[in-house]
Parts: sequence; C-alpha cells; structure tokens
Amino acid sequence: MLTETLGPVLIANRGEIARRIIRTVKRLGLRAIAVHSEADGDLPFVREADEAVLIGPASPAQSYLDVGKVLEAARATGARAIHPGYGFLAENSAFARAVIDAGLVWIGPAPEAIDKMGDKINARNLMESAGVPVAAGTREPVTDLSLALKAAESIGYPVMVKTAGGGGGIGMSVAHDDEGLAKAFEQAARAAARFAGDALDGPAVLLERYIERARHVEVQILGLPDGRVLALGERDCSVQRRHQKVVEESPSPGITPELRERMLAAAARAGEAVGYLGAGTVECLVDADAQDFVFLEMNTRLQVEHPVTELVTGLDLVELQLRVAAGESPEVRAATSGHAIEFRVYAEDPKRFFPGPGTITTWEEPEGEGVRVDSGYAAGNTVTPFYDPLMAKLCVYGETRAEALERGRKAVDAFVVEGPKNNLPFCAELLDNAEFVTGDYDTGLIARMRGLR
Amino acid sequence: MAEVRAEMVANVWKVVVSEGDTVSDGDTLVILESMKMEIPVMAEDDGVVAQLKVAEGDVIQEGDLIAVIE
Repeated sequence: MLTETLGPVLIANRGEIARRIIRTVKRLGLRAIAVHSEADGDLPFVREADEAVLIGPASPAQSYLDVGKVLEAARATGARAIHPGYGFLAENSAFARAVIDAGLVWIGPAPEAIDKMGDKINARNLMESAGVPVAAGTREPVTDLSLALKAAESIGYPVMVKTAGGGGGIGMSVAHDDEGLAKAFEQAARAAARFAGDALDGPAVLLERYIERARHVEVQILGLPDGRVLALGERDCSVQRRHQKVVEESPSPGITPELRERMLAAAARAGEAVGYLGAGTVECLVDADAQDFVFLEMNTRLQVEHPVTELVTGLDLVELQLRVAAGESPEVRAATSGHAIEFRVYAEDPKRFFPGPGTITTWEEPEGEGVRVDSGYAAGNTVTPFYDPLMAKLCVYGETRAEALERGRKAVDAFVVEGPKNNLPFCAELLDNAEFVTGDYDTGLIARMRGLR
Repeated sequence: MAEVRAEMVANVWKVVVSEGDTVSDGDTLVILESMKMEIPVMAEDDGVVAQLKVAEGDVIQEGDLIAVIE
C-alpha cells in the first residue's frame, strides 16, 4: 500500500482530534508522532502517540501555531507526513507550503485550494461562477463602516457580518439595523485582527443577506487524485450557540430527497471548481420553508463533526485522507444508511454557555451498541483556558432517527463528568425538546430554548 | 463599594479602564479571554475605579478580584 510511504505521521494538533487521528495512523501500521504544549503534557493523545515532542508553552501562538517549532519536531523525529487536524494550522496555506517545501507530505488539499477557499469573499465569488447558488452579499472586502452601511442598504437587513478570513463562528454576528451594523462591524474587524492567524492589511469583512429560519447543512466531499470529487452525504449542524455548532446529525431531518440530491451535486461541483484533493466540507444555508439553499463557505480540512458521516457511511475519513495524500484513488462507496447524531461535550455552563475550565475529578464515558465517544481528556486532566472548550464528542447511531435519539438519551445520562462545568445537562434538555425531537428546528433553536428570542 | 470578581479561569486580554476613572453601570472594565471566547467584565454600579488588580496578559482564577468600584 502506498500509505506505507507516509510514516511516521506527525499530528500537528491536540486533544480529541489528535487522539482520533493517532488511532487510525497506528491501525494502518504507521508511527504516530504527537506535538504538545506545556499545558497538555498529561493528555491521552500525548500518551497514546508512539512519540511526543514538547514544542512550547501553553499559548497557542508559541506552540501549536508556531510553524517553525512544528517543522523542527518533524525533522527531529523523522516524520514524513503531517496531519494538521482542524483549527490551528489546518487552513493555513503558508504552513501547507512550508510542509511541502520541507520535503514532507501535507495531508490536506493543495495550498492553492486553501487560498481560494480560505478567503470567504473569493470563495463566494468562485462558487457563484461555478454555478453554486450564493446569498446576496458583498463581492469585495468591506474595509470600513461607511462601505458596510452602503452595502447593507443594497442587500437589505438583516445582514450577517463576518470576517473574510475567519472561521468557527468567531467574529460573526447578525445586524438588524445601522446601529447594530456598527457594533457587528467593529466586532468582526477586531476578530479579524486577533484570530486571523496571518496579518491582514486592514479588516476584510463580508456582509451577506441573513436568512431568519435557516438550517445549516453541509456536505462532506472527498477529492481523489484521479480527478473525481465524491459527495459523502450531508450533516445538519443547525443546533448552534454563538454561531458555533453543538449538535450535528446525518441525514438532515429538514431537507427533502430532491433538495439533498441538488446539494450533493452542487458540493461536488464546488470541489471540482478548485481541483479539490482529500476531505473537505461545503457548508450551506438551507431555507427550510422554501427548501432552497445557498453556499456559505468551504472548509478545506477534516471537520470536527466528521464522525457523523463515518457512522452513516462506515468509512474512516482519516484513512481516506492518508490514502489520498499517498496518491491512491480508492474505490469509495458513497451510500449512507441509518442515522447518526453527535453531541459536543463542552467545558461550559449549560445555561449561558460560558467557559468553565477546571480539573476533571470524574470522567466516565458511556458504552454500548451504537455509541462512539471521541474524547480528549481523562480523569485527572485539567481543561485549561488556553484552547477551545471541546472535551469530547458523544456520537450515537441507530437504524432510525428515533433509535439514535433513544441511544443518545441513555448515553448522555451515562456520561459522568465532574470538575469542569459541562453542557451534558443541556444535551439532556435538548433530547427532550419538542422541536429537536421532531426534527423541525433551525439555527435559532438554542436562542428560543434560552428565551433569548 | 463594589468588588468585581472573575467568574472563571481566564486570561486578561484587554484592560479598558484605569484607576481613578469614573464609570457607569454597564461600562466594560476589562475583557477576559477564555477558551477562545471574549468575556467583557462590566461595572455593576456607577462610581470610580478605586483599585484595578489585573494587567493585560495575567491569568486569573475563578473568584479573583479584578477591580473595586467606589
């Protein structure tokens, strides 16, 4: 197998995703190298790797985001390939280029594809020309408030304001009027400066028409070296707080088979338009009432919620990423069956969703048929304030959605986490919520549950 | 006199006010950052910032004193 040429594989990430990637790397008979900060030395991913390298202090800028230190660790350990996971350097094309220039295999799409899709304005324009529907919005970076006000006037309120280079919901907010826009613009500009990873000449902000009763549905794609781009089903990610996902499921309970077919075809077209290689995700907004969709953005990496797709397809997406990176074009069965739901177990209070780091005194994961837990922590570990609050992903599978929900209830009850604040009580509440249970929900669900709207 | 304390472990990202500043109920005193989230800490009274106990870059624990408003 060509993948033999990849090892050892260095995983430039932490927590649950590093652990999950290590599992597949080792199953394929390759050595797995972890890198970690001073804050993470005790975490399971460090222990489970064949070799681990301390690359710096807790601050991400001095460890997981430090390209020089990651490459030095690769050189010192003889790694031949680098898997970036998600977040951190995963969508940093300069890092991808540096990896390739160092003579290593980059487990991800070509740096050019990352560049084309990483800028949300560019991506939006590119998708439009590839025949993928997009929302009314700005086609050039909006660099100051007066331009934003002018754009909002022509698009019409409400508008979604976001940073061209951002991700993960950071810096995104909805504006309903000029006053709200001033606030939203300032917030986006600040986020652009702080989290964009690379320096920008000025804030590049994007405005788009905001759909009030929208579902967030995304399509998993896989680009193969032989030029084919496969669509591996969709994930519904409409359960969100602060524009960040909390629960994902597949198939989406909110789209018709006809709409699903159109979305999968458009996603494959989107991938073909950039010559996409490997695993990627095409995110769309679905107008639930009109059963229509628009392109939102493309994530050029493995997604947090990829296990949902793995459960309904039976595929190992990390294995497919490795095989594609090694130049293989495997035969992949794109069909799905059954129903999967993922609950993100966050270290946050279950009412207001504010961060609640702390030391874990008890950690008991549920087990059983149709239950999968991808976790980054164990009892005795400390969840620190330096990284995102994701502690684990609780995934359940059933033949039907009803069976998945029932397994979800039992698994949430059986998951015991003591120490940090955690949102398991919220997950239990959600599983009893009529909107969620019927499947007829949208991105406003959590706000309604909390009486915020 | 009102003490403003941290609700969680966090990094002090930005200090907005200085000792001696006059503030109103709802004004942002400092902005904390924890788990990639910005958390503004606000005055809950009108008054003067008598003490400011944190500096940018500090890591503070739940319950730590941030400021005293008089």
